[in-house]
Amino acid sequence: MSEILIRFLVGGAVVSVFAIIGDLLKPKSFAGLFGAAPSVALATLGLTVATEGSSYAATEARSMMAGAIAFTAYASCVSWIMMRYKLKTLWVTICAMPLWFGMAFGLWYLWLK
Amino acid sequence: MVWDGIRALVPLAEITMEIKVDPSVIGQTKWYEYAIRFLFGGLITAIAGIIAKKYGPGIGGLFLAFPAIFPASATLIEKHEKQKKEENGLTGTRRGREAASIDAAGSAMGSVGLFVFAFLVWQFAPRYSIWTVLIGATLAWLIASVLIWHVRRRS
Repeated sequence: MSEILIRFLVGGAVVSVFAIIGDLLKPKSFAGLFGAAPSVALATLGLTVATEGSSYAATEARSMMAGAIAFTAYASCVSWIMMRYKLKTLWVTICAMPLWFGMAFGLWYLWLK
Repeated sequence: MVWDGIRALVPLAEITMEIKVDPSVIGQTKWYEYAIRFLFGGLITAIAGIIAKKYGPGIGGLFLAFPAIFPASATLIEKHEKQKKEENGLTGTRRGREAASIDAAGSAMGSVGLFVFAFLVWQFAPRYSIWTVLIGATLAWLIASVLIWHVRRRS
């Protein structure tokens, strides 16, 4: 339980720091880079190595590559939809989430399993 | 000679000129908007750990690149841009949507850097100190993302 709490607090802090850096920067396309910062990975991997060892962390990082490709597809799709259709950002970003799940798990199954 | 090569590849001065810091955004952001991002960031980090424990690092690792705070951040950008336009007596709906779209395009470029980060950690974590690897991989993420952004902007 205490490990989950530490992960929650460290993760929240690291994600917030990168989000604030992104908020401060202009132009918006540059600030957007920080929306894909490795914040969750930074918060997780140090702790993972300490508890499970470095090969476990390396396996996580290997799968993270599939997650990153899925992120590229997801963010590109959101950008394209937002530019072409008059839809609310919150709805588009949430409704496009299955794309991330489909691609991430699909790539993992076909490429990394 | 090596330095000249690096300078040719990474036009730092040109990139620095294009980037601006706008501290006024800090005042526009409400405390609960920070809290939402902290909450989502914390939750996905905790959930990634739980999933890795239950289903193994192969599945858990996918969530290290989950767009956890993306909906909250994009919505915040849309809202702030809309507010700015409305303060000038204009309807900011379209501007807000466009700003969110541009931010998402930036995140797509950053996610290529995220792939580079993951690749480096996968390759070097078993051989070197994790903190050295994480610092190096984070720098690689930043350099790769900024270079892609710069090349896209110029083209």
